[in-house]
Amino acid sequence: MDRKPDGAAADSVEQQIEAWRAHLRKSGAITRHDAAELEDHLREQIASLGADGLSEDEAFLVAVKRMGAIDVLTREFAREHSDRLWKQLVLSGDGWEGGAEPEAAYGSRKMWVALLLAVAAGVAIKLPALFGVDLDPDKSLFYPLNIAFFTLPFIAAYFAWERPVSTTGRLWLAAAFLLAAVAVNAFPFPAAVGNAPGADTQILTIVHLPIALWLAVGAAYVGGRWRGNERRMDFVRFTGELFIYFVLIALGGGVLIGMTFALFRAIGVDAETLVGQWIVPVGIVGATVVASWLVEAKQSIIENMAPVLTRIFSPLFAVLLLGFMATMLGTGQGIDPQREVLIVFDLLLVVVFALLLYSFSARDPLARPGLNDWIQLTLVGTALVVDLLALWAIGSRISDFGSTPNRVAALGENVVLLVNLAGSAFLYTRFLRGRVAFSRLLEWQTTYLYVLSGWAAVVAFLFPLLFGFR
Amino acid sequence: MSINKDLVAASSTPLVLAILGEGDSYGYAILKRVRELSGGELEWTDGMLYPVLHRLERSGLIEARWDQAETGRRRKYYSITEAGRGQLAEERRQWHTVDQALRNIWSAMAVAGAGALNLILFPQQG
Repeated sequence: MDRKPDGAAADSVEQQIEAWRAHLRKSGAITRHDAAELEDHLREQIASLGADGLSEDEAFLVAVKRMGAIDVLTREFAREHSDRLWKQLVLSGDGWEGGAEPEAAYGSRKMWVALLLAVAAGVAIKLPALFGVDLDPDKSLFYPLNIAFFTLPFIAAYFAWERPVSTTGRLWLAAAFLLAAVAVNAFPFPAAVGNAPGADTQILTIVHLPIALWLAVGAAYVGGRWRGNERRMDFVRFTGELFIYFVLIALGGGVLIGMTFALFRAIGVDAETLVGQWIVPVGIVGATVVASWLVEAKQSIIENMAPVLTRIFSPLFAVLLLGFMATMLGTGQGIDPQREVLIVFDLLLVVVFALLLYSFSARDPLARPGLNDWIQLTLVGTALVVDLLALWAIGSRISDFGSTPNRVAALGENVVLLVNLAGSAFLYTRFLRGRVAFSRLLEWQTTYLYVLSGWAAVVAFLFPLLFGFR
Repeated sequence: MSINKDLVAASSTPLVLAILGEGDSYGYAILKRVRELSGGELEWTDGMLYPVLHRLERSGLIEARWDQAETGRRRKYYSITEAGRGQLAEERRQWHTVDQALRNIWSAMAVAGAGALNLILFPQQG
């Protein structure tokens, strides 16, 4: 008899077992180990039925039937192991005998590199302090000015190591950080005068430098491949999650600090120096590096939080802005063109920009327009109107205030964001009317990140020169 | 005859513990033993044995280890622990009590039934 049909049958049973096992694993309640155990049972049953004279195919069908319906089985497993439905971050191999898998080993190496970099960042931030530079920003602005250099290069280094970044790319990254560090430290900012912490342009540099340099981290994150908005959007997602993780770690850090004070007070020792000089600075830079690694490690395990928050807050902000406009109309109260009011509207635009960006980050580009899109458009539209009203109110007075660096920066920011939101509103309307694909909006939004970063670089590096370090 | 689901579930713990009390075993063999013991009357859906085993393992009544089977495949073997033996003794006592109570009522019913039958068959003797 020809052997071929037999071989074919065996193959197909193997495939069927394979498919059955894959199906078992789908729900997450049945682990690899459980599936192996059940598979062993199934094979034993098939062998036993085969010995009774059934063909392999028949034996498979009977064995599967005896095993029970997969959905009933997974439900039973889920009831017994309800903890498994809460996905856990596994930091290393999960103890499958016969050696850790290569992936797990790689995963734990990444963790160690991240921890090493976190420690390096902690050491780096303490070095100048050991040479007598004061950590207190009221006494010296060295640390606020350089904080970006104690964190961002380490995050960039992690990704430059983890991703296939070319040597040239790595050198460019190093050069960018080095140049920036030399430039801002060489700027002859005047020493602190009176109770002002520093010159306006110096404060502006402190605020804008991290935003400008964040693009360098992005270059490392995408492994030097910026082409295509998907990579850029990945970086946006990473940024949002990093922020959330950092806040969560910082909350834990707050508890740690509180306990430190309380415990040491109990034995009459003041922990002020320990906390202020060590835990806070080292903790902050270390937490940023660790959070960066954590975002990558948990990427496929936990749902992204930033888009969830966006879902919650987009409608609320839209309602807020509509209510604000209604109140302005109802009371006839115009926007009071005070000096600080522009900052408030800048922040509003930043919030709306972020809400829009993160709602895009989670949206299926091929999905048809839905309610959520209309909410986003309402949000952007109302933000535009409110901001234009503010600009109009301030515009008439802008010359009275004079063009100080702060005001020019605030106005510039407003214009940069306003242009983005206007473009978004225009494209969104066209998308909702079915004129353009959603990817055009993504393209616009992610390309604009260069503009934001560029503007931040202008404020950080050119403003001090333009305004004579005022 | 099919056994009531609750009864199957309730008897699963003492059965599994007792079978493991005879010696270490694995899922398929445990099920085979259950069939043997019940003369094929106690039918479990095969897959349902495993959540039971995992529950017993978690409560420390049995222990599991991966080992090489004679087929060359990796197989998960279970063995009973000290706590499991204690639990088995306890289960045995409880089931014995239930069994005893049922036996008593069955025989009482049999006596009453015989009495009733007597009355019907031989009414004049009453």
